[in-house]
Amino acid sequence: MYRIRFHGRGGQGMRTASRILGRALFNEGYYIQDAPRYGAERRGAPIFAYVRCSTNPINERGIILRPGLVVVADQSLLSIPAAGVLQGCTEHTVLLINSKTPDTSLLKQLGFKGIILTLPPLTTQKDDHFPSASCAGGAAALLRIINLPALMKAAQTELSNLPLETLQSNLDIIEETFTTLSKQPTAISPDGPVFVESHNPPDWITLPLEQGGPNIPAIIGSMTSHLMQTGSWRTKRPIIDRERCNRCWWICNTFCPDGAISLDEDRHPQINLNHCKGCLICMTQCPTHAITAIPEHSNKTNDKEKSV
Amino acid sequence: MTRELLTGNGAAALGAKLAGIEYLPAFPITPQTEVIETLSKWIEEGSMDCKMVTMESEHSMVTAAGAAAATGVRTFTATSSQGLLYAAEMLHTVTGWRVPFVLVNVSRGLASPITLEPDHNDIMALRDAGFVQIHCSTCQEVLDSMILAYRLSEDAGVRLPVIVNYDGFYLSFTREPVEVPNQEYVDRFLPPFPTNQPRFSADHPMSQGVAVLGGSAYSYFKYQTHLALLNAGLIYKQITNEFQILFSRSYDPVELYKLKDAEYAFLMIGSFSCKGKEAVDQLRAAGWKIGLVRPRLTRPFPMDELRKSLAPLKGVAVIDQNLSLGMGGVLHQETAAALYPLITRPILAAFVGGLGGRDISAEEFYSMAETIREAVKTGETPPQRLLYTEKENTDMQQLQRIAGTHTTSP
Repeated sequence: MYRIRFHGRGGQGMRTASRILGRALFNEGYYIQDAPRYGAERRGAPIFAYVRCSTNPINERGIILRPGLVVVADQSLLSIPAAGVLQGCTEHTVLLINSKTPDTSLLKQLGFKGIILTLPPLTTQKDDHFPSASCAGGAAALLRIINLPALMKAAQTELSNLPLETLQSNLDIIEETFTTLSKQPTAISPDGPVFVESHNPPDWITLPLEQGGPNIPAIIGSMTSHLMQTGSWRTKRPIIDRERCNRCWWICNTFCPDGAISLDEDRHPQINLNHCKGCLICMTQCPTHAITAIPEHSNKTNDKEKSV
Repeated sequence: MTRELLTGNGAAALGAKLAGIEYLPAFPITPQTEVIETLSKWIEEGSMDCKMVTMESEHSMVTAAGAAAATGVRTFTATSSQGLLYAAEMLHTVTGWRVPFVLVNVSRGLASPITLEPDHNDIMALRDAGFVQIHCSTCQEVLDSMILAYRLSEDAGVRLPVIVNYDGFYLSFTREPVEVPNQEYVDRFLPPFPTNQPRFSADHPMSQGVAVLGGSAYSYFKYQTHLALLNAGLIYKQITNEFQILFSRSYDPVELYKLKDAEYAFLMIGSFSCKGKEAVDQLRAAGWKIGLVRPRLTRPFPMDELRKSLAPLKGVAVIDQNLSLGMGGVLHQETAAALYPLITRPILAAFVGGLGGRDISAEEFYSMAETIREAVKTGETPPQRLLYTEKENTDMQQLQRIAGTHTTSP
């Protein structure tokens, strides 16, 4: 059985990537299963999707624990343990990363021992395209069991709701990625089941009754959300124009659902970019239109201004 | 017949469309919403002739479904978890009205703590409501069960609503290949809503769901509903035979997998039973005589089928994806009750696992098989076990430290 996992952020099209791959394999006559796991169900939050493929009916269900191929649309997910990108990876796992510069030292530090590949740069770089197309095309190429016509037919079906021009540019990306990655030597091989003879039994425990508070689903500790750095969920970043801000002192920071805006001594609002999710409610609420938005990855110099 | 990739939710919607539903009261809840979204798109496009009404709650939604069915239109509705429980009062009420319709429940754990992920506590909590309960393990089964459910529900010997149940995420959002039956064949199997039964209409006024005092009439009507539900088990067998002739897929009240020469078995319902089958295959490859027993019907409870299939076995691991607080797994209790009158019966090992979407690994199935084999060897019934590991507990303690609840008491 082939087991493939796609990791990305909400809005990057990982469900779509898994569906293009799933349908391409279905078109080639395989039994398949594809499914998303949405996590926080919010744009920018980590999500993953998975595909199983076999020549026989598939009885395995749920999250893939032993992937042969892991496709990573956003490398920044590697350092988020909850995203589980490297869960179950072995020396046989191929990691296909959507980045020109894969962070091999981080991967080594995280104990990844498999093969690292990167998605090829596109000849016609489009500024704001979603990585789903290249991720699907790349994964399809590495499996070596999908022909280009079956892949393109699957993509047309899965992307049929897109405007014609967007559809065409996605199809171009899929074809280009597929063709380029088909030329490199690594191929994913199918993997077997968990064998009874060689399995590790679960370390079940008998759960005792705990008393005195810990067994109530409540959060007593304060500021726990500070531990959850949601700044990486942003696709757009709010920028405050200090000239236009009339220092009303209450509107943007009151409406911020994450409490990520504080006021400095001069009553100027400061956005904590470690927690701002980029919902841009502040932008729509500001009466003087002092807040604008820029694409998150277009202006890296802003990182230096990050306030904590 | 065409082959298509469908999610469980997509399969349920398509089943409703093929069944020719005419009225759809709706209220959204994850992970069921996609069923209604899909149907509303088809209604909007004009590819379905159905009246959809958005209600203000599941309580009203089920009331509307029951009332519509009483007027003689084919009715469908869907919910999940908290929504099913919010409708609980009316679920009991409409079965007393003896009206046929189909309700999809996409299983999801109950609050608190709240979750979006699946287990069977929602559907088990409503097991006494009087609905027929069909539990699905694949997307194919979801689609086919929709068509079977209408036929069963509208049978003159049943006239009860039917719940088609399947797991959130593991089926609701999971796509797999599904054979889509031809409309012509579905129409042959499922005739139009019967017109020869009492129904509401403006020109023939009637009262329904009347009050009775004194207890005798109440006893009569309640027991009639019980008898109709038991009869649904017999009718179910007839119509699934017919279904098999037309569509070449069989849906016995209890599915038996590799049970012929088996000494041991897993007993479970829902989509996780596919994982159980995979474990059976691997255990058999390692020399085990083991199979799997999967009730598709839980109401009516398939008493005879379970007795017949389990009696020859030495040991059965019952895996409950639910927990009746203060007692244990429901499937285990009911199986034990079914086996009690038998002189020779297998040892039962009770497992509670897969709560709130927690996965059950292949390794855990192998260990459950080992537990039941050991129990048979010693002749001692093992205590109920929650599938929960040392690693999970360590992670839990870490969360408790962050939450500030893991304090040392003074």
